[in-house]
Amino acid sequence: MSNPDKVLAFLDIAGNWDLSLILVMFGAVMTLTTAQHFILKRSKPVCDSHFHLPKTGNLIDYRLVLGAMIFGVGWGLVGFCPGSALAALSDGKRDPFIFTIALGIGMMLFSRFHNKK
Amino acid sequence: MENFTPYSALIGGLLIGLSAALLLFFNGRVAGISGIIVDSFSAEINNRYWRGFFLIGLMFSAAIINTFFPVAEVTYSRPMLLVIVAGIFVGYGARLGNGCTSGHAVCGLARFSLRSAVATLTFISAAMLTTYIMRHVLGY
Repeated sequence: MSNPDKVLAFLDIAGNWDLSLILVMFGAVMTLTTAQHFILKRSKPVCDSHFHLPKTGNLIDYRLVLGAMIFGVGWGLVGFCPGSALAALSDGKRDPFIFTIALGIGMMLFSRFHNKK
Repeated sequence: MENFTPYSALIGGLLIGLSAALLLFFNGRVAGISGIIVDSFSAEINNRYWRGFFLIGLMFSAAIINTFFPVAEVTYSRPMLLVIVAGIFVGYGARLGNGCTSGHAVCGLARFSLRSAVATLTFISAAMLTTYIMRHVLGY
């Protein structure tokens, strides 16, 4: 999945649609759901004093939706998300490298303009 | 759909889920990549190590897989400006929306989080629309 062409083949519903990415998500979610069912029965993880789980709140605010929209546009432009770009870095090609730097810039821009709570 | 690769996709997904499960089991953490990147710079120093090692492992994962299961080489031919704009959007959006594909679409969905479900549907729709415009309207 670090191949952006494969990601775009999933996103391009009007083209030669490739559903592989759904199976990746499905496989990952099923595995994790099953595993964490057992893991969370423990009182703590192996190397820490407690689990650090983000709250699964029901708050759907503009930050969540707008953030996901902006993320989606960027993802759809070239087919890289943060994880796939990092994984593709070892290809030694230009695009994952440039993307990763731009990713960092985007994150820093956020800290600068938006994170003033 | 001749490009459909169900087996490698399922195995890949299984490995991603397993990786997230291991991180939860040992460190008690959620494997959201964008959050790990941000916190590897901002968390207190003792909490940076596991993040750094996680990211290093991720960076070398493709190289390791390639040695054992060589896949066709990926050719990138996208204009540099497009890659830069995309990267900035993804970075900014992931922080504003509190997570990326791994955090929302894998870890969040696995925990039945409503926020993550909304985020996942939103970014997949936005990405599909963007791809549609790029490929079929602008003809890129």
